Amino acid sequence: MSGKKPTKDIVLNSGSDAAGTDIATEILAGINRFGASRRDFIKGIIATGASVSAGFMLYGCSQESPQGQQAANAPATPAPGGVERLVSINVNGEVRRVDVLPNETLAMTLRYKLGLTGTKLGCDRGECGACTVLIDDVAVYSCTTLTHTVRKRNVLTIEGLVGPDGALHPVQQAFVDELGPQCGFCTPGQVMSTVALLKVNPKPTREEARRALSGNLCRCGAYDNYLNSVMRASAGGQA
Amino acid sequence: MFKDMMPSFELLMPSDLGNAVQLAKQQGEGGWILAGGNDSLDWFKDRNKRPVAIIDLAGIDSLKGIRETPDYLEIGALTTLTEIENNPVINEKYKLLADAAAKVASPQIRNTGTLGGNICQDTRCWYYRSGVDCYRAGGDTCYADTPEGMNREHCLFGADRCVAVSPSDTAPALVALDATMVVVNSEGEKTYKAEEFFVGPDVEITRMTVLKNGDILTAVRLPAAWAGATFYFEKVADRNSWDFPLVNVAAAMKLNGDIVEDIRIASSGIQCIPRRLTVVEEVVRGNPRNEDTAKLAGKSASRGATPLNFNHFKIPLLENLVTRAIRDA
Ligand SMILES: Cc1cc2nc3c(=O)[nH]c(=O)nc-3n(C[C@H](O)[C@H](O)[C@H](O)COP(=O)(O)OP(=O)(O)OC[C@H]3O[C@@H](n4cnc5c(N)ncnc54)[C@H](O)[C@@H]3O)c2cc1C
Ligand code: SF4
Ligand code: FES
Ligand code: FES
Repeated sequence: MSGKKPTKDIVLNSGSDAAGTDIATEILAGINRFGASRRDFIKGIIATGASVSAGFMLYGCSQESPQGQQAANAPATPAPGGVERLVSINVNGEVRRVDVLPNETLAMTLRYKLGLTGTKLGCDRGECGACTVLIDDVAVYSCTTLTHTVRKRNVLTIEGLVGPDGALHPVQQAFVDELGPQCGFCTPGQVMSTVALLKVNPKPTREEARRALSGNLCRCGAYDNYLNSVMRASAGGQA
Repeated sequence: MFKDMMPSFELLMPSDLGNAVQLAKQQGEGGWILAGGNDSLDWFKDRNKRPVAIIDLAGIDSLKGIRETPDYLEIGALTTLTEIENNPVINEKYKLLADAAAKVASPQIRNTGTLGGNICQDTRCWYYRSGVDCYRAGGDTCYADTPEGMNREHCLFGADRCVAVSPSDTAPALVALDATMVVVNSEGEKTYKAEEFFVGPDVEITRMTVLKNGDILTAVRLPAAWAGATFYFEKVADRNSWDFPLVNVAAAMKLNGDIVEDIRIASSGIQCIPRRLTVVEEVVRGNPRNEDTAKLAGKSASRGATPLNFNHFKIPLLENLVTRAIRDA
């Protein structure tokens, strides 16, 4: 948390952080924590401008409360010109129906709604590349993309690279053969950037590869191994 | 740092400009224009800007792409930095802008980041970005301009309570190319020269550009007069990827033999606006392009600079970049 001036919502949020899942679970279970009804509690939070959406989101729950009431922070019907929440998105060649909040990033939808946890969240600020996916074959940061904006487009994640028989994609195989990764956290992003590069430039120079992967940070510093992997993949698997 | 949902907002996705203008007017103070989202989403995630409704321009095709007319090249505000970097006409006639776009952030950010968003982005002063109530946020203090303030990235020129700088790599290229910005709102269309478009704290301390609530930037026009000139762009940042310019320089020169007949040159990272270096232009204009002119131009670039505690290094950095621009373009 970076804000220096604590506001009510930040206080509330850190409360929920400190208490682990407590507040979120209690809200979801409808527990009367502050001597008010669950509904009043939520209304109160809304009135002070707090965000409770994190709780709903991270625990993979639907937006309907146990009583079938709509979560108070997300109106059921969009304002005129606003977006429908139930959307179809094409992920890895499959059309997936999913309930998406207006303020939801693609990384969140992929990881916490669609179970595609191969896409990592490192910084959530466009500063590391761990969340790189392809949208219509172009590499983007899914942490900095609102899911609603990709509705009519094709999303490709690391899970979509494996062949139907379970065989690794040639880029993945090259990364394995070159011992590209160290800890592996940044690897899905590095692989996706490589796949995007080879789609437009199948025979890159090492310098072109370096530039194409320059939006993918590696805290282990395995950059040279990754470049070896890219060069092997572009050479059809030959070292 | 939060790694969870942004606070909720309404998401409006108009498919034509008229509709977007109307929505922007309706939403007023609570509205926020969204292009690629690379600057915007950080603000929302940090909970330091809390718009009620987001007006996403991505569905408006008329704001995308590059059109040539006899008088100017028009670039839609929603054109991505990657498109600009790769566009053949821009590379042939206005390579300065392609070079500047290629230096922004990282490939993924250039793939979604738009020209409009790049020139309308807010300053990166971290005090301000962390949500403190400084002058720029409507308060009555500057945290960067204090004896212990961390102001290595802050300004050399034009301080007025706020000492933040323009973070954009494309903005100085647009000033050097004498670009025109096209802005619409519910009252109609208005154009601004690049130098009028960017505003400093002396004019308006809570904004970086002339844009007010309800305004939408639709396009940037590059005049034919500067097509095919001699160009130079260089950026110095802590890392070659992601990092914002400490100082960058963008120069456009018209040469006749070795005489510099005309020149426009600008830098980001040294003032709240992309600073046009008029003193350098005066020193160089009409003179032969050689080592002496380049040296003199470099020295003149820092005239009037008032460094802060931790940013003296920007003076030789600016001087050397300007010298190189004149000498090596
Ligand atoms: C990690 C990181 C590193 C970066 N490094 C650099 C760098 O090195 N150099 C650099 O120049 N930039 C850098 N940036 C900034 C980034 O390049 C710009 O933020 C990007 O170009 C913004 O474009 P966008 O379309 O994503 O903007 P958005 O976030 O969509 O918009 C940015 C701002 O402009 C306004 N806006 C956008 N389009 C319009 C329009 N048509 N009309 C009116 N208002 C509009 C929005 O309301 C918002 O306030 C970096 C950003 C990040 C996150
Ligand atoms: S430099 Fe400007 S933005 Fe930064 S703390 Fe001072 S007033 Fe705020
Ligand atoms: S998680 Fe998206 S760039 Fe770091
Ligand atoms: S392999 Fe560990 S971060 Fe890259």
